[in-house]
Amino acid sequence: MKPVPSTTLHDERARRPTARPRGAPTRRPRTDWRAWGAFALLAGPLLIGVGLFKYVAIGWSFLLSLSEARGTIALGHWVGLDNYRALLSDAVFRTSLVQILLFTLFIVPVTFAASLGLALLVHRIRRGRALLRTAFLIPAAVSYVAASLVWKMCLFNGLPAGIANTVGGWFGMSAVPWLQTTSPPLYWVVLVTLRLWLQVGFYMVLFLAGLQGIPKEIHEAAALDGATGLRLLRRITLPMLRNTSVAVLMLQFIAAFQAFDEFYNLFNSGLSGAATAPVRTPLVYLYDTAMGAQNYGLGSAGAFVLTALIVGVTLLQGRVTGFGKGEE
Amino acid sequence: MRSTRELSQVLRRCARGALAGLLTAAFLAPFYLMLRNALMDARGLTSPRWTWWPSAMHWENFSSLFSDPALHMGQALGNSLLIAAITAPVSTILASAAGYALARIPVPGRGVLLALVVATLMIPGSVTFVPTFVLVGSMGGVNTLWGIIAPGLFNPFAVLLFRNFYLQFPTEIEEAGRLDGLGWFGLYRRIALPSSGAMLASLGALAFIDSWNSFLWPLVIGQDPSAWTAQIALSTFLTSQTVNLPGLFAGAVVTITPLVAMFLVAQRYIVEGIATSGLKG
Repeated sequence: MKPVPSTTLHDERARRPTARPRGAPTRRPRTDWRAWGAFALLAGPLLIGVGLFKYVAIGWSFLLSLSEARGTIALGHWVGLDNYRALLSDAVFRTSLVQILLFTLFIVPVTFAASLGLALLVHRIRRGRALLRTAFLIPAAVSYVAASLVWKMCLFNGLPAGIANTVGGWFGMSAVPWLQTTSPPLYWVVLVTLRLWLQVGFYMVLFLAGLQGIPKEIHEAAALDGATGLRLLRRITLPMLRNTSVAVLMLQFIAAFQAFDEFYNLFNSGLSGAATAPVRTPLVYLYDTAMGAQNYGLGSAGAFVLTALIVGVTLLQGRVTGFGKGEE
Repeated sequence: MRSTRELSQVLRRCARGALAGLLTAAFLAPFYLMLRNALMDARGLTSPRWTWWPSAMHWENFSSLFSDPALHMGQALGNSLLIAAITAPVSTILASAAGYALARIPVPGRGVLLALVVATLMIPGSVTFVPTFVLVGSMGGVNTLWGIIAPGLFNPFAVLLFRNFYLQFPTEIEEAGRLDGLGWFGLYRRIALPSSGAMLASLGALAFIDSWNSFLWPLVIGQDPSAWTAQIALSTFLTSQTVNLPGLFAGAVVTITPLVAMFLVAQRYIVEGIATSGLKG
């Protein structure tokens, strides 16, 4: 088993002998070998797996981030914080951080509003609710690879007869190569619509569950008081969905910050490689560093910087919104 | 007064219906396009004149997908199926067993172990592909199916969900089982596990979907075509130099079909799984 980093939890349990659940078979204070055996059998495989694939992997990688490790995952050539310094002074990495922030600022509010809107629509509709829910949810079955294929090769293929250009033509737009146009950066339209289509059903299901948790009486009482439409939504529905909203925002943020699949598949092409991509996410940068250049030290440092960023923002968001209070 | 109110209600319902219809069409359009394009020939696809449905069905787009040795589509689909079919049940059962042990079996240090498992939830999943690659690579897992599967078998989040589930499980049933002479393992195997069917199905379905659609990890660890998953094969096809448009769309149709079928059949469990796992995240 792993060494215990902190004893606070342990002490707490020791001071609380009644923490033992009601169903305990014996009250012997000594080691209960049969309980230990069952515990090891049931929880052992998972604990070993988590220990190996989380703690050992991350510990090793942390040491690698302090090493010069090109083309090798062996430790030994210590360079201190050089990898972190190199990473933060790399303009490509810093640009990728700015771009993922931009992407997050686009995609999170759009997906939030769209999934809430769809949930309200599905919740209110009388006939064909199941069909409607299926239609909105089923894109979640599609992989980013397949969706990128359709977006790149069909919807936004840049041909004058392509679908996006045809629709744009109805509104007087001239045909444009969507993925290659950098000023204005039209590729954001491709990226945002793709992720929106794929994810919105998932978050809609969360909002639907939240809506079903609101007691009918509250709405009826408010309706008797003359609240209708938008007022009802703003004063009653949205406040009741607060926990769901916070959870949705967090999940969206974490997912957006780790975006990789669609960026890789939309912009990579065998001939030119990733160099022509107008936008690279931090994960694409990490992939190129660790897998392309095989610089595992720098790649590990990048993984830690990103993890710290995501954890930091999540904690901050949790602090600001008070999420997690009253749980556990 | 009353009739205007009724009229406005009818109008509103009509507007809502029209909106729902439009949105449904928009959400389903990509599926239609995929299928239409997969059944057309290259000339029809690139023609500037729009056709709603191919005049002649080109089913050979699908068969050539499997006969082209450079695509490795057949093997990749087999790999994906095997990987998901192992990952979904194994990861769910492991999480359920550990969740039960952490909820019920009173051994010292249990709280610490639980805290260690829960702490890993803070770490964002795909960012850690570098550490995981370092570890799995050192164990010789590059280009192997077990290397793709192994890191996905241990799901701390599912452990937490199962633990909460078993904490709310009525102890009276277990007392009865204990009187019948069952030990801790027997209680789990005979009583707790059989009562967790809905949870197992929901989380298992989500694990299957995640496994089938995962991209970054198989891309990192399975570089050799023999270890490609369906997503990697399709992505390689998409980013390759030769452009075979109908073939590409046929590939997309083939790779999404298993999950689309699953969504249609097991939607109840999927929705339940999303609702339980999403809200506690």
